[in-house]
Amino acid sequence: MASNISRKLAIGVGAAVAASATLYACTATGVKSSNLVTGDAASAVYVPPGSHDEYYAFLSGGYSGQVTVYALPSGRAIKQIPVFSQFPENGYGYDENTKAMLQTSYGFVPWDDSHHPELSQTDGIPDGRWLFINGNNTPRVARIDLSLFETTEILELPNAAGGHASPFTTPDTKYIVSATRFSVPVPNTDVPIDTYKKNFKGVLSFITADQPGKMDVAFQILMPGYNYDLAHAGKGPSDGWFFFTTYNTEQAYEKLELNASKNDKDVIAAVDYRRAEACVKDGKAKSVPAKYTHNYKDESTHIASSERKTSVKVLDPRDCEGVVYLLPTPKSPHGVDIDPSGEYIVASGKLATVIPVHSFSKMKKAIADKAYDGDVDGIPILKYTATIAGEVQKPGLGPLHTEFDGKGNAYTSMFISSEIVKWKLGTWEVLDRMPIYYSVGHLMIPGGDSKQPWGKYLVSLNKITKDRYLPTGPELAQSAQLIDISGDKMKMLLDFPTIGEPHYAQGIPASVLKDKQVKYYPLSENKNPGAVKAESEGGITRTGKRVDVKMAAIRSHFAPDNLEGVQVGDTVYFHVTNIEQDWDIVHGFAVLGANNAELILAPGATRTLKWIPQAPGVYPFYCTDFCSALHQEMQGYVRVSPAGSSVPLMANVSKKARAQMSQQ
Amino acid sequence: MTRIARAFTALAALLMIGAFAVPLWQIRLLAPQYPEGLGLLIHVNTVRGAGRNDLTNINSLNHYIGMKAIDPAAIPVLRIMPWVLGALVVGGLMVALVGRRKLLVAWLGAYATAAALGLIEFWKWERDYGRNLDLENAIIKVPGMSYEPPLIGAKQLLNFTAISLPALGTILLGVAFLLGAHALFLSMRAARAARMEQGPTSSAANDATPKVTSPRLQPAGGR
Repeated sequence: MASNISRKLAIGVGAAVAASATLYACTATGVKSSNLVTGDAASAVYVPPGSHDEYYAFLSGGYSGQVTVYALPSGRAIKQIPVFSQFPENGYGYDENTKAMLQTSYGFVPWDDSHHPELSQTDGIPDGRWLFINGNNTPRVARIDLSLFETTEILELPNAAGGHASPFTTPDTKYIVSATRFSVPVPNTDVPIDTYKKNFKGVLSFITADQPGKMDVAFQILMPGYNYDLAHAGKGPSDGWFFFTTYNTEQAYEKLELNASKNDKDVIAAVDYRRAEACVKDGKAKSVPAKYTHNYKDESTHIASSERKTSVKVLDPRDCEGVVYLLPTPKSPHGVDIDPSGEYIVASGKLATVIPVHSFSKMKKAIADKAYDGDVDGIPILKYTATIAGEVQKPGLGPLHTEFDGKGNAYTSMFISSEIVKWKLGTWEVLDRMPIYYSVGHLMIPGGDSKQPWGKYLVSLNKITKDRYLPTGPELAQSAQLIDISGDKMKMLLDFPTIGEPHYAQGIPASVLKDKQVKYYPLSENKNPGAVKAESEGGITRTGKRVDVKMAAIRSHFAPDNLEGVQVGDTVYFHVTNIEQDWDIVHGFAVLGANNAELILAPGATRTLKWIPQAPGVYPFYCTDFCSALHQEMQGYVRVSPAGSSVPLMANVSKKARAQMSQQ
Repeated sequence: MTRIARAFTALAALLMIGAFAVPLWQIRLLAPQYPEGLGLLIHVNTVRGAGRNDLTNINSLNHYIGMKAIDPAAIPVLRIMPWVLGALVVGGLMVALVGRRKLLVAWLGAYATAAALGLIEFWKWERDYGRNLDLENAIIKVPGMSYEPPLIGAKQLLNFTAISLPALGTILLGVAFLLGAHALFLSMRAARAARMEQGPTSSAANDATPKVTSPRLQPAGGR
C-alpha cells in the first residue's frame, strides 16, 4: 500500500514538473515579433540611393510641438517643420522674423503639444495645399504651407483649454474645427472648482481656413461642460455635419480617471454646421469679449506679425434649434471616424468592449422621427438603438482610432491589446489582427480619413517603444511601424523611430507635392525692409541706441564683413539676406555671445537677428551652414567700443560691391 | 525505523528548511507591452515581485480593474505558514530522532494536510483577488470577466497571459515529502523482512503495523 502511494506521489510530482516544463517551453517559444515579418519585407521598404519614396507622411511631434516629415515606405525622416516650439536649428521663434508666430494672449509661448496634423481637402480629398495642426496646451491651430514646408499662420482659440479635438477639416477646407478638451468657465473667471456643473462649458470653434492670412474664428458653439476629445467632418451624404466625441459626461472635476469612467455611455455631438452658419447669419450668436491672437507670416517680407482680437461670436444651441444632437456612445469614446462613403460614424470607446458604428441615414431618420431619449441643456439626445448600424464584437481591448482603406475595410487601433484589427464595414466581422510593438495610439492610412484613401500602407503610431531599438537610457525614441495593407492579410514591413511622440499623422502621394516645391525665393519679390539685393546695398546705420546692419550672404562671404562703431548699450539688428538664387544654397549666420540662436537663410530670404553686445571687444560672426568650398572663410568681425566712444560707424565695402556701386 | 529511514526523514526535514529561503510559487504575467514579463513570487511568509518593482507595477495596473492592492502584510496566512513549516521541520527531525514509524506516518499525514490546506488557501486567495473587485471604482469593466490566475497553468486575463507554476520551494517540499514517504516505505520493508526472518507467526516487536501477507508486495530481497 504505502509503496503504492509513494509511487503514485512520485508520478504526480513528476507530472507536475513535466507540466511546468511544458508551460515554460510554451512561453519561451511564444511568437517573437521579428518573426511576424514575412516574405521579402526588406525589398518592400527599400528605396535605392537617389530614388524617391512613394508617399510623404506628416507625423505630429507631440510634446516637441512640431511636425516631422517622413518618406514612405522607407520610413526615412526628411524634415522637421517647426510649428509651436522654438527651433534653434534654424532660428524659428528666435529671430525677429518669426518670434511673432509664437505670440498669444498670454504673451510669448515658445512651446506646445502638437497632436493632429490635417491635410487640406478639396471635395473630400487631400489636395496638398496646406497641413494644419493643433497646439493642445495653449489652444492654437497652425497652417503649414506645403510648397514651403513652413509654418505661415497660427491662430489662438479663445474660451478653450486644451485644443485637442482639432484641427479637423470640412471636405472643402472652408472650416477647420477646434473643440476644448477641458471645459472651463466661459468667459474664464475666478469660480470655485466645485461649481463645475454650473459654471464650466465646452466650446466648439469653427475656424475659417481656406484663405491664407485670414484664419479666424467664424463662430463658437457653447456646449455642456464635458471633455471634447476628437472630431471628424461628414462627407458625401453627411457633408455639412461635424461629429465630436465627448467623455466625462459625468462632469467630474476631480480624479477623472475614475469619476469620468462611470457612465456606460457618453455622447457624440453631431453638429449641423450649415444650420449654425444660418443662425449666426440671422444674428442668433452673441458677440462676446475675448482675447486671442492671430499671427501670420508674409512670404513677401519674410516677417510675421501678430494681430490681437477682442471678440468672438458664440452660439448657444438653445437659440438655434436643430444645430446639435447627441448620439449616446459607449464608453468614453476617443476617435470618431467617418468612412469614405460618409454613411458610417465609427466611434472607439477606450473602455468599450465593442466598436459601435452609427449610421448617418439612421441618425437623420431618428431626428425626423424625434426618436429622443431626453435632452441636455436643450440639446436632444437621440436613442442609441435608433442611430446604431452595428457593433464590431470582440474587437480587442482599448479601441482608439479607425481609418479606412477605400475597399470596404476599416482598421482600428487597440491600445491595451496592442494590435491593429481589420474589420469589414457593413458585416462588422473581424478579418485580421496584427500585433503592434507596443500600444498603438493613432494609425494612419494615406487619405484614410478622406473620401479617397490610398489603401496601400498603414502606419501604426505607437506609444511605447521599450526594447525595439538599441537602448538609450531612460528616455527612448518614439516609434512607428509600417504595415502593408494591399492584400487580404496585413503584413508587417518596418519599424522606424520618430522624433517626439507621434499622435496622429497624415499621408499623401509624393506626386501631389513634389513638383510644387519652392526652390528659392526670387530676390525681385523680396519686400523685406532690411533686404539687400546686391552686395552694394549692405551697410550700417544708427538710430539712437539702435544699430541696423544690412548684409548680403553669398558664396563665400558676407558683405559687409567688418563693422565698427557699435557701442556697449546698443542693440544691433543684423538683417541678413541670402542673395543666392540657386536651389539648396543655404547660408547661416551666427555671432559670438548671441542670446538667441542662429539664422538659417534659404536662397532669396532675409532674416533678422537681434544682438546686444555686453562688453567692448571684437566679435566674430560666421556662416553656420556648410555652403561652399570656402565656407570656413565665410566670416567677419564686429568691433564693439565702450558707450560714448568716438569710433565712427563703419561697414567695409567688398571689391564686388565697389564694382557694383561704380556701375550704378 | 531503520537507520537509513531515519536518515531519509532527517534529510527530508532539512530540505524543508530550504523552502524558507526560496519562493514556493510563481505567477508570471506576460503582455504585448511587457515582453519581459512581470512576476509575483509567493514565499512562505510574503509575496514579492519577481523584478525589483514588479509588485508596485502589478498593483498599479490592477487598479484599472478594481483589484485590491496586493499587500503581504494584509494576508494573514503568510503569518501562519512559517510556523506551520517550522513545526513540520522540527517534527520531521523529532521523528528521525525518535525513529518510530507511527510518528513518521503521523508526520506525513500532517504534512499532506498542511500542503492541501496551503494550496486551498492559495486558491482562495487568488479567487478573492480575482473576483472580489471594487466595481464601483473599477475603470475597466468587462462583463463576466474575473481575474484570478489559475492555480497551475496559463490563463488569459485581458491583455495579460497569467502563468502560475510551482517554484523551487514547492519542488523542495515535494522532494522532502517523497523522501519521507520513501523512509516509510523503507521502514515497512525492513519490518516485513524482519517478520519473514522471525517466521510467519511472530510479529515485529517494535512495529505496530498490521501484517502484510500478500506475496505480491514482498520485497525481492531483505537487507
